Amino acid sequence: MENIRYDLITALPEIWVLCMAMIVLIADLFLKQKNRIVIYGLALFTLLGAAFITAYTHAPGAGSAFTGMFIDDSLADVLKLMIYLGTAIIFVYSRQYLQLRNMFRGEFYALVLFAMVGMMIMVSGGSMLSLYVGLELLSLSMYALVALDRDNAQATEAAMKYFVLGALASGMLLYGMSMIYGMTGALNIADINASLLAAGRMHPVLTLGLVFVVAGLAFKLGAVPFQMWVPDVYQGSPTAMTMLIGSVPKLAAFAFVIRMLVQALPTLVIDWQQMLLFMAVLSIFVGNITAIAQTNIKRMLAYSTISHIGFLLFGLMSASGNGFVFSMFYLASYVLMTLAAFGMILLLSRKGFEAEELTDFKGLNQRSPWYAFLMLIVMFSMAGVPPTLGFYAKFSVLQAALQAGFIWYVVFAVVMACIGAFYYLRVVKLMYFDEPTDVSPIKAPLDMRIIISVNALALLVIGLMPAKLMDICIYAISQSLS
Amino acid sequence: MVDYFLAHILSFAIWTPIAAGIVVLATANAKAPNATRWLSLIGSVIAFLATLPLYTEFNFANGGFQFQEGFSWIPAFNINYHLGVDGIAVPLILLTSFTTIIVIIAAWEVIEKRVSQYMASFLIMSGLMIGVFSTLDAILYYVFWEAMLIPMFLVIGIWGGPNRVYATIKFFLYTLLGSLLMLVAFIYLFLKTGSFEIIDYYNFPMALNVQILIFLAFFAAFAVKIPMWPVHTWLPDAHVEAPTGGSVVLAAIALKLGGYSFLRFAMPIAPDAAHYLSGFMITLSLIAIVYIALVALVQKDMKKLIAYSSISHMGFVTLGFFIFNHLGLEGAVVQMISHGFISAAMFLCVGVLYDRVHSRQIEAYGGVANTMPMLAGFVVLFAMANSGLPGTSGFVGEFMVILGAIQVNFWYAFLASFTLIFGAAYTLWMVKRVFYGDIANEQVAALKDLNKREFLILAILAILVLALGIYPQPLTEITNASVTQLLSHLAQSKLPAGL
Repeated sequence: MENIRYDLITALPEIWVLCMAMIVLIADLFLKQKNRIVIYGLALFTLLGAAFITAYTHAPGAGSAFTGMFIDDSLADVLKLMIYLGTAIIFVYSRQYLQLRNMFRGEFYALVLFAMVGMMIMVSGGSMLSLYVGLELLSLSMYALVALDRDNAQATEAAMKYFVLGALASGMLLYGMSMIYGMTGALNIADINASLLAAGRMHPVLTLGLVFVVAGLAFKLGAVPFQMWVPDVYQGSPTAMTMLIGSVPKLAAFAFVIRMLVQALPTLVIDWQQMLLFMAVLSIFVGNITAIAQTNIKRMLAYSTISHIGFLLFGLMSASGNGFVFSMFYLASYVLMTLAAFGMILLLSRKGFEAEELTDFKGLNQRSPWYAFLMLIVMFSMAGVPPTLGFYAKFSVLQAALQAGFIWYVVFAVVMACIGAFYYLRVVKLMYFDEPTDVSPIKAPLDMRIIISVNALALLVIGLMPAKLMDICIYAISQSLS
Repeated sequence: MVDYFLAHILSFAIWTPIAAGIVVLATANAKAPNATRWLSLIGSVIAFLATLPLYTEFNFANGGFQFQEGFSWIPAFNINYHLGVDGIAVPLILLTSFTTIIVIIAAWEVIEKRVSQYMASFLIMSGLMIGVFSTLDAILYYVFWEAMLIPMFLVIGIWGGPNRVYATIKFFLYTLLGSLLMLVAFIYLFLKTGSFEIIDYYNFPMALNVQILIFLAFFAAFAVKIPMWPVHTWLPDAHVEAPTGGSVVLAAIALKLGGYSFLRFAMPIAPDAAHYLSGFMITLSLIAIVYIALVALVQKDMKKLIAYSSISHMGFVTLGFFIFNHLGLEGAVVQMISHGFISAAMFLCVGVLYDRVHSRQIEAYGGVANTMPMLAGFVVLFAMANSGLPGTSGFVGEFMVILGAIQVNFWYAFLASFTLIFGAAYTLWMVKRVFYGDIANEQVAALKDLNKREFLILAILAILVLALGIYPQPLTEITNASVTQLLSHLAQSKLPAGL
């Protein structure tokens, strides 16, 4: 009895969000369209409540519940808080966009909350099963979200691609997990590690299982050579959904990688380090080079994401405590930048008009100097130019890789970062150096205007004072990985 | 109050212009551009006054870092907000804050669109460049160094000429690539020493092959910035397309960032590599001095000609660095300051013509002296200074470098002294074609001479050029101790014992 109470309290944030998602779903039935704003408030309240519960029940160190299937450590809590924050920003940015496109319905909020429960379970997953279930809950909700606007042929196509390739990746992941289970006889992360340490000798099947797991994860992250779905899905999905796909789920995927590779399979570090290095280098190369040729900003950001994932893997493959801290830092910055960039696209979109071509940013400085300035910060941050946050993110992962001795790979990454700067600069060029072709006024609700300003300025402010965010990442990693 | 100011004088020097820039942006009103202009001018003057105590309070006998201040900035990386200047940095800081005033006055009624953004860009850039000159922490330095690119990128791109987008992106990417390699070097040094303090790097022994790699990484960053042949090609493009103010800041200060950084980083951190590669560096410098001067000779565009002339003159600076003697090094520093005045003045003169005729081509002019005698007078003075006439500041630096070079190798000095011929040739030939002869066309005939504002800035610069030429002592006095200390540091090998 004691145990069950402990288990339930430990998983309280998940339980709360799950219950609230269902309440949202039911409440939606009884609301008229003009009162639907209540759902929006309810969804934000859910996040606030979840944040409160997570922060309130937080204790330093690692605890586990449900016989080890569920881990509640500092890493999980910090990542969960970041996920709440990111999701709240998504809700704020997407409201007007959804309203104007007849997608402002309870399903959106319920599905996002379900996806978030999936992410939370991934973040806290202590066993291969719970990790997998969390991932599937996330993925299935996402497929449905992309197809939410059912009459939109492009979005339906994107959802189809996303689903087919996502299912393939899940299959690979599961296949790899089954091999690992077969070789170790354990599902729990701690048991897998213990079993491998005890066995001493590595069986080839284990390596094969690792390959499948890494391939599945790379699919979900969008790392080269498993990146094919990313550009099409980014471009085809409604922008609000693209923003969701491109941002917070990466935090959960990061936790998945940490749980699976670092906590369960540290004995195979030599193997997965090689794989991650290979994917990191390819991702940075393909992402940056291909992004140059894009004319659609969502597609460009898709390739930019691929290159960011490459940098993230640079930090992870350093396989040191510092490397994990820095990749977490990188990811947090990446999520902030991505949210701001897509927020900007949503801001410029209006009824019947999607601001998704690069040329839609032409002359933004003349239409609104303030928003142009915000986008300028976002672009320079993505390019990694100081004094923005993106610089410290790149700086720290490169430092981790250098510390691990990959000096020439770092030089390569640096050259690629410089090539990558070109396409970010092109956006700045369009905003500042060109005359506007579209002069309609930019309208947005007050909450969005405030949040997007705070979001973009945060890139500059945290860039000037990155110590706090870094401390949080150090805290999360050092308390959770010994 | 005064004590607090003096204890944080470098912070004030950096943040006053940046704060002024933000105020200008925030209070911008497109209907009242004059208010913006006056506000910017006041801001730049206050910022200049804030830097003056750096000279008056400086201890001339101390060659080390003064006015130091700092606190821990990012503890996870051991990065500190650590400021401090020596006698080489102070004149460059003064040059920066002074040039900002000139640029703002020069833009007065010339810049009509987006006045506040233009003025704010220069104010913020000024603060960032002062930051580059005054940091003692590698990452802080890097942040200022890179951040400075953003306003310059916008200045060239928004207010530049027809081909501005190409020029500004080229400028940005060229500089970025070099800087990123420097960043890798910093991280490497950090992993070895556990610190980003520049002073810690000075005393850190390294094997020669490591030093050479470090030196080359710095070289990639600084050689692009100076710029040295053969990585100079961004400069003529950037200069030609930039608005006058952008050209002035690029020539007068941005190029010096590269020169200064050689003295602050590349040479003292890797002194053995600097000695080992000195032949290479001197060769590149001499190519810049002689070959680029010949390139300048055939230019048809006035701004391009001055741009090439800048590269050639900066060749003197690097030559002065890598002959490793007191005369050469001090001459190089004097040359940096003097070139700051002269190139700024030359670009401003071209700007005056461009504002009236909207052409930079030499052949579009002829006989301008007939309609603009005052401008012609100034241009002749600055042209003489540019070609190194005794009595002007251009002479002092070049003469010291040539004297220093003779002590090392006669042929270095021999080749370097060609500049006195070529420099005079390309500058004076341009002056002859533009200003003398018959009035070429109706546009020239209709020209109006300098107004009060233009006269004021050119007169100030003329006085400075002459003053520094006749009496360079205030400058050499402040740099003297630091140069001596730097040279004695460079003379000590940093190779680990036993190698």
